[in-house]
Amino acid sequence: MSAAVGYAAVAGQVVVVGAGAPLLTGWMRQVRARLEGRAGAGVLQPWRDTRKLLRKEPVTPVGTGPAFRAAPALLVATTVVAAALVPLLSTDTPVSSHADLIVVVSLIALGTLALALAGLDTGTAFGGMGASREMTVAALVEPTILLSVFALSIPAGTTNIPAIVTGAVHEPARLTSPAGLLATAALAVAVLAETGRIPVDNPSTHLELTMIHEAMVLEYAGPDLALVELGSQLRLTLLLGLLSSLFVPWGIATSASWAGLAVALVLFAAKLVLLGAVLAAAEVFWAKVRLFRVPELLAGSFLLAVLAVASSYFLSGAS
Amino acid sequence: MRESHQSSAAALPRHAEDLLARGHRLVLVAAHVDQDGPRVVYLFASGPPDTRVELNVRLDPDRPEVPSLAHLSFAAGRFEREMRDLFGIVPRDHPLPRRLVRHFHWPRGWYPMRPDAGPPPAFGEQEGPYPFLEVEGDGVYEIPVGPVHAGLIEPGHFRFSVVGETILKLKARLWFVHKGIEKLFQGRSVAAGLPLAERISGDTAVGHALAYCLAVEEATGTEVPEEAQRARAMLLELERIHNHVADLGMLCNDVGHGILNAHAQRVREQLLRLNRDITGHRLLRGGVVPGGAALRALPDPARLKAIGADIREITGLALGHSTVRDRFTGTATLHTAAAREIGCLGYVARASGIADDARVTHPFTAYGEQFEVPVHDGGDVLARFLVRAEEIDVSLSLIEHFGDGLAAPMALLAPPPAPGAGPRSGVGLVEGWRGTIATRVELAPDATLTRVKPVDPSFFNWPALPVALADTIVPDFPLANKSFNLSYAGNDL
Repeated sequence: MSAAVGYAAVAGQVVVVGAGAPLLTGWMRQVRARLEGRAGAGVLQPWRDTRKLLRKEPVTPVGTGPAFRAAPALLVATTVVAAALVPLLSTDTPVSSHADLIVVVSLIALGTLALALAGLDTGTAFGGMGASREMTVAALVEPTILLSVFALSIPAGTTNIPAIVTGAVHEPARLTSPAGLLATAALAVAVLAETGRIPVDNPSTHLELTMIHEAMVLEYAGPDLALVELGSQLRLTLLLGLLSSLFVPWGIATSASWAGLAVALVLFAAKLVLLGAVLAAAEVFWAKVRLFRVPELLAGSFLLAVLAVASSYFLSGAS
Repeated sequence: MRESHQSSAAALPRHAEDLLARGHRLVLVAAHVDQDGPRVVYLFASGPPDTRVELNVRLDPDRPEVPSLAHLSFAAGRFEREMRDLFGIVPRDHPLPRRLVRHFHWPRGWYPMRPDAGPPPAFGEQEGPYPFLEVEGDGVYEIPVGPVHAGLIEPGHFRFSVVGETILKLKARLWFVHKGIEKLFQGRSVAAGLPLAERISGDTAVGHALAYCLAVEEATGTEVPEEAQRARAMLLELERIHNHVADLGMLCNDVGHGILNAHAQRVREQLLRLNRDITGHRLLRGGVVPGGAALRALPDPARLKAIGADIREITGLALGHSTVRDRFTGTATLHTAAAREIGCLGYVARASGIADDARVTHPFTAYGEQFEVPVHDGGDVLARFLVRAEEIDVSLSLIEHFGDGLAAPMALLAPPPAPGAGPRSGVGLVEGWRGTIATRVELAPDATLTRVKPVDPSFFNWPALPVALADTIVPDFPLANKSFNLSYAGNDL
């Protein structure tokens, strides 16, 4: 019985993230369009784009190797595995003992690395330029994600994410502690950078020279492009989901019950819709910072993460 | 007043040096092929008072050569290269004797503007190699961009030599849109030339049409009624604001602040619909005609005021946004000395502290006492943004000034000139939204066009873009490029 619920929770996480990611992107675009006074293409547009791209014939540029061909599948695969591990719906699943913080961050980094290698593999100026920029950003973002979640793992005494989340559900004061707030801020900035949102990158630009993420994937077409697009939508959903699990964990099922799972599913969707709307609304009021200011922004968020770890260590040590 | 002088090829540099020293600028160089051989016209102008001086130089048909003026004027050097590519007239001792208009695949020895050129031949034997300057050094790499771009923009190839993200050198290769407009003008009637002039650069329909009409009217001795001139001046300002507001929005979009772009494009759409009411065409075609102007309606002053307030709110929000302002400030600085040396025109020059404006130097109607040209001297994207934002205000008050006393619908035409009257050649100088447009026209005795030479300000301003971009970072190039917003079509006729 409990095993069945656990497997259903894992399957539910993968299906919800997989099917919901394009919808979340469509929702965010729609919110943004409405706020800017435009009609918008509708929430379903990313799914329509995916369907269109999947029907096209696969085309790969001459001279590209396995790195280019494997990257889209690798990107989607790593994100799906991470989506299964991270406690989005339930902390009590058959895989929750493997859901270590470092594993999840490494999976995300692996996807980034695969795309960067694919960008280099094309041999074009844009691929190389995008890869170089993406790696610069990633080098600053990955430690920030690690450190900010690490700050939350100190009170829990483990780097196992379900354990951290369960601890926070039972003891909400951990989240409103200085460490919790600093870690939230640091992780939020890191998620913006990792998913290529304004103010770090502009996902809707057509200007090749300003791109970070898009520059790496310029050579993709057809089904491969559909996978790359789906991959980045999945990452956005996963990282926003991780953010919500860590900082608003209420509603996540902590025991194996069907009712708890159903509630968790509804609340998870509601949290993501809200978080997506907030992010989209914030983007309307922001502008993209100059590329050379991006490291300053990310260094700032890294500093917040370091402070979160320090305060978590000292404050919990004092108590 | 326009003075016309004959000069020998040998005396040309002396005359040109004298004119430039007296404060004239080189406006236009037009080559002609007359019955008795090639002739080159150098047009200089200064103002106020509006002064135009022409030097006509006849060349030896067997050895068409002129002494280069490139050491006196940077623009002259470019006109000479254009002339060599299209007419085969050789500038002697040119410091940069490379091709300009001609692309790699143009067949050797074919000069399209010569009367005996005939239809374009198939791609032929290439005229030598066409290399890019290579920058060498540790960590230097090249980024080739274009000529086909991801957005709906005109074709141009840009070759960046970059270290890290900093641009060491930018080489722009344009001239992908040669349409042979100058050749198409030849043999047309004056009326049939107008649609061509309106399409030289689609966003500058009024500017080019007006320069063409002023030139034709001077050539035929036509006296245009004062009211028609006022209507033309009003249309010119309407064209300026719809282009400026669109570009101000796109500058915000290029720094990722899309909401201001959405609203700027909304305002532009209102202006385009207003344009359709006024002339029957969203881009104001058909308003300026040879000998006069035609208006279907007049803009409502109250509506223009509302649009002005809307635009001021958008520019105010852009300038008040710290990230947007930070991206604009200090980006792609064009210093005054460089702008002067290159001979920049329009808002590019006025953002670098050069207060040139053909509405002041070569007015075709009275612009009134209160007319002031906004000038900034920062030379960066912010300065160009500010100049254009302030020009919108000036234009709105000019529209009100010129619209006052006009009646609509109106179609005011000068009485047709006596056949054969006038000097058979004329020059039109107009401050289009990008800068000073010059058009020189020559007519045959039967009043058909024998030669029309339009010069878009983009021809002067393009070389300034790479200069401004030195030490700018690659991701700021689209922003810098948009702040110049030069025409590819107007540059490559």
